[in-house]
Amino acid sequence: MAEKRRIKLTVNGVEMEGEAEPRTLLVHFIRDTLGLTGTHIGCDTGHCGCCTIIMNGVSVKSCMVLAYQAEGADILTIEGLAKDGKLHPIQEAFWENHGLQCGYCTPGQIMSAYFLLSRNPKPTEEEIRRGLEGNYCRCTGYVNIIKSVKAAAEKMSK
Amino acid sequence: MIPRSFEYLRPSTLQEAVQLLDKYEESKILAGGQSLIALMKLRLASPKYIIDITRIPGLSYVKEEGNKILIGPLTTHDTVENSPIIRNKCPILSEAASRIGDQQIRNRGTIAGTLCHADPSADVPTTFLALDGEVVAMGKDGERVIKAKDFFQDFFTTALNPNEVVKEVRVPVLPPKTGTAYIKHARREGDFAIVAVAAIITLDENNVCKSASISLGSVGPTPLRAVEVENALVGKKLTDEVIVAASELADRGISPPSDIHGSAEYRAEMAKVFTKRAIRLALSRIGG
Ligand SMILES: Cc1cc2nc3c(=O)[nH]c(=O)nc-3n(C[C@H](O)[C@H](O)[C@H](O)COP(=O)(O)OP(=O)(O)OC[C@H]3O[C@@H](n4cnc5c(N)ncnc54)[C@H](O)[C@@H]3O)c2cc1C
Ligand code: FES
Ligand code: FES
Repeated sequence: MAEKRRIKLTVNGVEMEGEAEPRTLLVHFIRDTLGLTGTHIGCDTGHCGCCTIIMNGVSVKSCMVLAYQAEGADILTIEGLAKDGKLHPIQEAFWENHGLQCGYCTPGQIMSAYFLLSRNPKPTEEEIRRGLEGNYCRCTGYVNIIKSVKAAAEKMSK
Repeated sequence: MIPRSFEYLRPSTLQEAVQLLDKYEESKILAGGQSLIALMKLRLASPKYIIDITRIPGLSYVKEEGNKILIGPLTTHDTVENSPIIRNKCPILSEAASRIGDQQIRNRGTIAGTLCHADPSADVPTTFLALDGEVVAMGKDGERVIKAKDFFQDFFTTALNPNEVVKEVRVPVLPPKTGTAYIKHARREGDFAIVAVAAIITLDENNVCKSASISLGSVGPTPLRAVEVENALVGKKLTDEVIVAASELADRGISPPSDIHGSAEYRAEMAKVFTKRAIRLALSRIGG
């Protein structure tokens, strides 16, 4: 078996490190080694988007990345959005617009919305639908998720 | 799902990557990982050595040189989709890249990765074949250029030797009076194609079809050129009758698979339907 080694990376602005094998997936490293369980695992095959995080500025599915590939990377997870006890505008918008039911898919939806809005602060409904195509929700029927992203865009442009 | 154990190597140049490929049997290049990691998790692939090339600098670029567009192997699908050069000079490649999976997959998957994975239902390979693109392969004995028509050999099999890497991908700058379309028939957006068609049509000054390049995805072990359709278009004014008649030939020479997404018969019918639509769309996009 390949040996474990320590890897360092920045998560939510904090330098962190932990042991990983070459085959350790980034999502397991984040959840089990770093203890940040806000990033979820749904399908484990790259389809559902539950495990979406921001890595070096772009959204990725962390179940499809090796932890070693994230060595030295700048990672943002759902835990990094709220600041000083205040929710991020995207989180607020999901709350206010009932953009979640069970909440399982929500961290991934929000991280995808975060990437979309970072590139395109005023997306059309079509662009929101396309931006969140890689995130499945088994509860909401998506209508309120789209509403939430629209509302978040408005909040953030103020 | 966790891959089988492997050694992880991180070369800092492509030369070094080639040396490692040559040195270690059962080694694999890792680029975006959006196919390879999936296969490893499912344990359909269990390489002993993973050679991660993503830290090698200078492998992500798009530039125009003469009548070609040169694309670095690590250029992501997202970059291909949004590159102004590709959008303006070879829009069908942007269109194909835009139809891959979803945003997260496009942020990580690379152009050389999808070509080397050689899935006959993937979007970029079908388009690359229609474009008569080429890859520059690099091995320990030097470089060679492999044309698209020779590159795809079988299901998930390319003409690359086990110790070669793709160093660059090249596609043509399309000539004036050219219209293109890549359309994909899938049950849901982001799925792999049941049938896909890439169409590139060039007219002459009298609006007669000067060249036609039609390639079909997901109807055989590799993407396939619909040569009979192409021959039925070239030299003619592309009236709708001509397009309909030519599209009827789209099932010639294909060997579509039957699976849960569609039977072979269904795919053969859809090849005709989508060929017709792709040609019409390509034609409608030809500017003055
Ligand atoms: C959920 C999901 C949905 C998807 N949907 C689609 C879709 O709709 N359409 C579609 O076309 N694709 C789809 N894909 C696949 C996607 O396009 C992959 O990005 C692509 O197939 C592989 O590119 P990669 O850079 O990730 O390569 P990797 O997975 O890293 O590698 C793939 C193969 O290519 C080899 N390789 C990579 N780079 C080189 C190189 N420079 N030289 C030599 N060999 C190399 C590797 O060794 C490996 O064998 C999907 C993937 C997922 C996970
Ligand atoms: S758990 Fe990663 S995409 Fe579903
Ligand atoms: S809120 Fe339950 S899966 Fe989306």
